[in-house]
Amino acid sequence: MANESMGLVGRKLGMTQIYSEDGHVQPCTVVQCGPNTVLQVKTTDGRDGYNALQLGFGEQKPQRLTKAELGHSKKAGVEHGVRYIREVRVDADTVANNEPGKTLGPADVFTPGETVDATGISKGKGFAGVMKRHNFQGFIRSHGTHEFFRHGGSIGCRLTPGRVAKGKKMPGHMGARQVTVQNMEVAKIDAERNLLYVVGGVPGATGSIVTIRKAVKA
Amino acid sequence: MNLIQQLESEMLSNRDREDVDVRAGDTVRVHVRIREGEKTRVQVFEGAVIRIRKGGPRTTITVRKISNGVGVERIFPTQSPDLTRIEVIGRHKVRRAKLHFLRSRRGKSARLKPIRDFKRKKSKN
Repeated sequence: MANESMGLVGRKLGMTQIYSEDGHVQPCTVVQCGPNTVLQVKTTDGRDGYNALQLGFGEQKPQRLTKAELGHSKKAGVEHGVRYIREVRVDADTVANNEPGKTLGPADVFTPGETVDATGISKGKGFAGVMKRHNFQGFIRSHGTHEFFRHGGSIGCRLTPGRVAKGKKMPGHMGARQVTVQNMEVAKIDAERNLLYVVGGVPGATGSIVTIRKAVKA
Repeated sequence: MNLIQQLESEMLSNRDREDVDVRAGDTVRVHVRIREGEKTRVQVFEGAVIRIRKGGPRTTITVRKISNGVGVERIFPTQSPDLTRIEVIGRHKVRRAKLHFLRSRRGKSARLKPIRDFKRKKSKN
């Protein structure tokens, strides 16, 4: 079963803090979640075979898009080019309530207090060692250790089995992959400016594109 | 100015309380609203400001006092809606921004040199 929860595409603006009603400080990520335009509605009965909304976010100069891309957004009634396109799988009711060209903001989809899942591309850490990448302990700094402080130690046995176990945690590229943080609380919605305040940190760098969806496990 | 900075400056201009000039070395009375179940009451915490962390609406002050012989420090977000009032009742001559050295001092050596008439001096400006 696909995850059929409604969501929006937005840009992570950064973090700040606000006060909850009981006076506590809440660290919040501010996400500009709109305006999102429905570019295409996919249905089970149609040629796509599943229910989904294709959402467009942000403007792009026409000369930076292909004619096909321009035509696609124009078909939905969007005059300017669309920079980011994301798709969210939704249930049949949501599909019925949406049509191409409809503009959505955070206030249309979310309510304060609700939980959401935030998906983004995490910050890239480059080629990282095992301490940073897998939280290995490294080695003690004294008792004769030299040139071995951040190493991972042995990676296997001897003639038996004579190979390194599959999935062995080793250094390598870290970050810059899709990460979803589940069950984050919506603290506040600024409908005028299409801003969504989510408690906690949303994956990704400031300015990156994130997808906020209603929590699957709410 | 990016939008986050704009939002934070709006938070500062939207509050109902006056901006208080608090500095390190000040003796302050912080009026804190305390919620106990249904009831709320205001408690006053009086002590010396030993640290200010600036950051627009995220600004906090650390207030230290000696309570029953035990040093107590509380960190207050200055823009918290639970702070009804911050009163500066004394100012002292200090030569650094963070007064962490006061933690290792007791009694006489923990005194700061007061600036007399600091209120009058301020009004002159």
